[in-house]
Amino acid sequence: MANFKEISPDAPVAEKLLNWVDNRFPASKLYKEHLSEYYAPKNFNFWYFFGSLALLVLVIQIVTGIFLVMHYKPDAAQAFASVEYIMRDVPWGWLIRYMHSTGASAFFIVVYMHMFRGLIYGSYRKPRELVWIFGCAIFLCLMAEAFMGYLLPWGQMSYWGAQVIVNLFAAIPFVGPDLALLIRGDYVVSDATLNRFFSFHVIAVPLVLLGLVVAHIIALHEVGSNNPDGVEIKGPNAPKDANGHPLDGIPFHPYYSVHDILGVTGFLVVFSAIIFFAPEFGGYFLEYNNFIPADPLKTPLHIAPVWYFTPFYSMLRAITSEMMYALILCVLAGAYFGAVRTQLSQIIKGGVVGAAVVVSVLMLSIDAKFWGVLVMGGAVIILFFLPWLDNCAVKSIRYRPDWHKYLYGIFVINFVILAYLGTQPPSPIGERVSQVGTLFYFGFFLLMPWWSTIGETKPVPDRVTFTPH
Amino acid sequence: MKKILLSLVLAFGVVAGVRASGGDSIAWDKAPNKTNDLAALQHGAKLFVNHCLNCHSAAFMRYNRLKDIGLTEQQIKDNLLFTTEKVGDTMKSNIDPKQAKEWFGATPPDLTLIARSRSGSGGSGADYLYTYMRTFYRDETKATGWNNLAFPNVGMPHVLWEMQGVRKPIYEEHEGHGGHATKVFKGWEQVTPGTVSPLEYDQAIGDLVGYLQWMGEPAQNTRVRLGVWVLLFLGCFMVIAWRLNASFWKDIK
Repeated sequence: MANFKEISPDAPVAEKLLNWVDNRFPASKLYKEHLSEYYAPKNFNFWYFFGSLALLVLVIQIVTGIFLVMHYKPDAAQAFASVEYIMRDVPWGWLIRYMHSTGASAFFIVVYMHMFRGLIYGSYRKPRELVWIFGCAIFLCLMAEAFMGYLLPWGQMSYWGAQVIVNLFAAIPFVGPDLALLIRGDYVVSDATLNRFFSFHVIAVPLVLLGLVVAHIIALHEVGSNNPDGVEIKGPNAPKDANGHPLDGIPFHPYYSVHDILGVTGFLVVFSAIIFFAPEFGGYFLEYNNFIPADPLKTPLHIAPVWYFTPFYSMLRAITSEMMYALILCVLAGAYFGAVRTQLSQIIKGGVVGAAVVVSVLMLSIDAKFWGVLVMGGAVIILFFLPWLDNCAVKSIRYRPDWHKYLYGIFVINFVILAYLGTQPPSPIGERVSQVGTLFYFGFFLLMPWWSTIGETKPVPDRVTFTPH
Repeated sequence: MKKILLSLVLAFGVVAGVRASGGDSIAWDKAPNKTNDLAALQHGAKLFVNHCLNCHSAAFMRYNRLKDIGLTEQQIKDNLLFTTEKVGDTMKSNIDPKQAKEWFGATPPDLTLIARSRSGSGGSGADYLYTYMRTFYRDETKATGWNNLAFPNVGMPHVLWEMQGVRKPIYEEHEGHGGHATKVFKGWEQVTPGTVSPLEYDQAIGDLVGYLQWMGEPAQNTRVRLGVWVLLFLGCFMVIAWRLNASFWKDIK
C-alpha cells in the first residue's frame, strides 16, 4: 500500500478533500502527468489544433447522439418518420440532428487534417509507431461508425449505399455470400440490418472508439508529442532546465489549453456557419436523395457514398477487369525486382517469383470486384505500415528534399481528385483518371522505402524553431 | 502552397469540364425565394391543400405547424382541414395508394420533403418544382393526356391546367453531329387561355413552391436567424480567446 499523505488539520477543506482523494485515487497525479506537467513542444502550429478538435467532435457526436436516440426509432417502418419527427416536433431537435450530421463530416475533415499533419511531420516515426497505429485503428472505427450511422435515417441513399457496400463483401471467394448474409441479417438490407447497425452504431463501435482514443492519448503522453521540426525535445541529449524539464517544452496546461480554446472557437465558427446556413452543404453532408424514404423496389440512378468515403470508393471502382492487367504487371515487375535486382538468397527469390505467379493466376481467375474490395480495404490498411515504409533520414517535411514536398502535394491533389470522382457517376475519363490515381496512391506508399531515401536532406537543428508571439 | 492550390484548381477544372458536357432535360428556372413572405406562404398553403393534397400526402407535416406562417388554429380548422378533424394531425391524403398506382402508374410521392429531395446539379429543389409546375403540355399519347418537360413521361396530369390553360412547346431543329437532327426547346405556344394571366400563374406557382420549400424544413428561417446570433457571439468570443491566448503566450520566449 502506498504511503498515506497527512496534511495539516488547519488546511482548507478543499485541500483536505483533494488529499483524501489523492490517497485513494491518483487525481493530482493524472492531472499533472497529462495536463499541468505534460510538456509539449512550444513550436506547434496550426496543424496541431486538429487533435483536440477531433476530441471535441467526438464529444459533440456522443452528446448529440444520446439525445437523438431518445427520439429515434430503429425500425424500418418508423425510422424515416422518426427522423422527421426530430426535425419538426422535438424542441430543438433540428439543431441536435444537424449538429450530429454535420459533426460526422466535421469528424472526417478534422481527422484527415490530423492524419496529414502526422504524415508531413513524420509523427508516426520511432518511438511513435503505436500512437500512429492506434490512430489508424480509430480511423477504421470511425469509418465503420459513419457507415452504419448513415443507414439509420433510412432514406434512399442510406438504403442503397448500405446495399452496395454490404454486397461488396459477397465478392470474397467462398465465404463472401454467407458473410454478407451475416452482416445484413437478411437477404437484402432490411429491418434486421437496421437494428443491428443501430446497435453497432450506438454502443459497440463507440465503446471500441473510446478505448482506442484513450490508448492513443496514453501512448502519446508516454513518448511525448512530435513537432513541426521533428526534433525530440525530451531525448537524452535534448537541453533541459534545472528541474529536468525540456527547454523547448511548455506545460500543456495552461499554454496549449488556452491555445486550443482559440482553435476550438475558430472551428465552431465554421461548424456553426454550416449548421445554421448550409446544413446540407450542397448535398455533400446530407445527400438530397436521402430525403426520400428508403424504397427497396426503386434503385436510384446514381448511388454515391458520402464524401468522406469517396476516395476509397473511387479506388474500388477503378479496379475493372482491364485494370487487372495493369495490376498483374505491377506484381510481375515487383517480382522481377525482387528476383533480379536484390541480394536475397536463392530460396527467397524463388519464393518471390512463385508467389507472384500464384497471385497473378488468382488475379486472372477471381472476379475484379473482389480485387477492388481488396484495394479499397488495402488503401486504409496500408496506413498502418507507414512507420516501417518511411526510410527518410529526417522526420519532418521541413528538412526533407524539396521534391518530397511536391510529392506530398501531388498525393493530396490525387486524394482530392479521387474523392471528387467518387461522388460522380462513372464515366470513361473518370475511370482512367481514378485508375492512375489508385496506382499513384499505392505507389506512394509501397515505393516509399525506396523514394524516401533519395535526395539530400537538410540539417536538422538541435532546438526547435520558434519565434515568440 | 500557391502552386499546390493552383494545380488543385486546374485539376478540378479539367474534371468539371468533362462532367459538364452531359445533360438531357431542360434547364431549371430559378424559383423566387418566398419562405419569408407570409402572405405568399399562406396562399401557397391554400393551393397545396386544395389541389395537391387530393392525391399527395405530406405525412410528416402537422396542420397546426401552419401557425408558423401566421395562421391561427381556428383559421386552419375553418379553411384547410379537409382530410381530418384534428388540427394536430399530419397532412394525409385520402387517396388509396393502390388505386393511385393503378390510375397514374406510380404512387404519388409524399410531398413533405419534395423541395429538399429534388435538389441536384440543375439547381435547388424549389427551382425544379417551379420549372416542373410550369412546363406541363398536352400530349394525347399519354394516358392522362399530359406530359412534362422537366419530368418527361410523368404520371401526374396537369392539375392546375384550368389556371394555366393548355400550352404546346415549340421546338427548333438543329443539325447535330453526323447529320442527326436534334430538337431544341424554344418556347411556348398558348393553345387555350387559362383563368389567370401567365404572370399571375407564375406568381401562384412561386407561392406554392415557396410553401413546399418552407414545409420541407419549417425551422429553416429560425435556423438562419439564430445562426446570425451564434456567429456574432463566436466572433466576440474569438477576440477574448485570442487575447487570452496572447496574454499567456507572451511569457514564452
